Amino acid sequence: MIRLSTPISEAEARRLKVGDEVLLSGRIVLSRDLGHKYMKEQKPEWLRPLLDEAVIYHCGPVVARNEDGTWRFVAAGPTTSIREEPYQAEVLETYRVRGVIGKGGMGPRTSAGLQKVGACYFHATGGAGALLAERVKQVVDVRMLEDFGSPEAFWIIEVEDFPLVVTMDSHGGSLHDEVLQASQARAKALMAL
Amino acid sequence: MSTCERPVLRPLSQAEDRSVLPADWRAALDRPDGGDLGPALLELLRLAATRLPDDVVAALARSREAEAGGSRGANTLDTMLANVALAEARMAPLCQDTGTLIFWVRHPYGLSQRLLRDQVREAVAEATRRSWLRPNCVAAVSGANPGNNLDPLGEGHPVIHFEEWDQPGARIDVMLKGGGCENVGAQYRLPDVALGAGRDLKGVRKCIIDAVVKAQGFGCSPGVLGVAIGGDRVVGYERSKALLLRKVGTPNPDPALDALERQLVEELNTLGIGPMGYGGATTVLGVFLEELWRHPASFFVSLSYMCWNNRRMSLSLAADGAATLD
Repeated sequence: MIRLSTPISEAEARRLKVGDEVLLSGRIVLSRDLGHKYMKEQKPEWLRPLLDEAVIYHCGPVVARNEDGTWRFVAAGPTTSIREEPYQAEVLETYRVRGVIGKGGMGPRTSAGLQKVGACYFHATGGAGALLAERVKQVVDVRMLEDFGSPEAFWIIEVEDFPLVVTMDSHGGSLHDEVLQASQARAKALMAL
Repeated sequence: MSTCERPVLRPLSQAEDRSVLPADWRAALDRPDGGDLGPALLELLRLAATRLPDDVVAALARSREAEAGGSRGANTLDTMLANVALAEARMAPLCQDTGTLIFWVRHPYGLSQRLLRDQVREAVAEATRRSWLRPNCVAAVSGANPGNNLDPLGEGHPVIHFEEWDQPGARIDVMLKGGGCENVGAQYRLPDVALGAGRDLKGVRKCIIDAVVKAQGFGCSPGVLGVAIGGDRVVGYERSKALLLRKVGTPNPDPALDALERQLVEELNTLGIGPMGYGGATTVLGVFLEELWRHPASFFVSLSYMCWNNRRMSLSLAADGAATLD
């Protein structure tokens, strides 16, 4: 188990390999479909200090508001990442992001982006919303809440010991490709029966 | 993750201090609106979002034993089982995607579907206010979110299927169908030349293998599959979802389909996709098949995929109005 904290340096990111299990602590920024379209098309400057050497999390959380007006996460597991394939590589490069957390893996464009920037794709356990919300120590801020709605807003959070698996690394490796190819071969054999 | 035991959830029959359903609560099925169903519907939604059915928990625990110790598959199932225990203990949603809300309402003669719909919608809005449900209903093109899980037209979300039946009581089933698994559903038209799938059960089997390989981990495997054979495009998909209400481990009443279900579970678990798609011996927890009628020219195979967070709950109202949740 590798312990990792944001900000993550390029050297740290490049040391990580497919299959590594990681506990991540520090600041992460939530963004999904509307946010990625917005980041690619408008490249807002205000996100730069938040994303520099930090990590983006593909997640639309269930949030609750405390009496004092602060927020807390009730459930916060990953959403399917492949929807951000048209945007991710450019976002990584624009903002020098060191990691993306999601589920299901991503495609060749993102893999190229990870290799170029020096970043990793981290897989979180889909559906483990309650467990992952417990590792969120603080909701620091939320941006674009009015414009995007709660599941799509940029939530800025501090996490502790977020359990992740590296499934795409900065060397072109992808666990998703390996599993896909092996399962396709097995399916072909089953269909020939 | 450390190894975790199978979580033991409190029996549903046992009174809970967190229940929003008063102990002496009764429906009034002699009234057109069934009386104030609000507390029972709210309890139904609370349990559906926070508590995985016992048959699913048992299936996940069995799968955990099938994975090699210390493997990613085993670790992932441990995380899933820990999440089940935590969600129940904290009364937190199991998954942040509380899904599309699908209701099946079966009611006796005399109840108004219009008034029942109003009560279901009100309970959905209240459960959303309480953060048991994420506001998951957005305008298709603009993405605008009304924030209460109700589509303003009153037709799209929540989805409510009504059926008048010949019994004195009522039954309301709900399913929280996540978006990730909904996206990997598929519909095939047989014969399918590319798959080499003809109009028989062998062809159906090929469609199912193909769909599961295409789904990889995107649907949050290990999943449960509902597969309707026949029907038109709409009825096929509709039945494939209703099939997901079946308990994992229950047999199919049709011996031929039951045999195929068992064969498919075994075969699909040799694909190596595994929990969340990063390898392992558990790709599906169950396959549920049903044969429908069809037009002679059409042979559809409609498949719905339900994620491991197979959230469903049912509320039965006896003729005297007493409520049971299962």
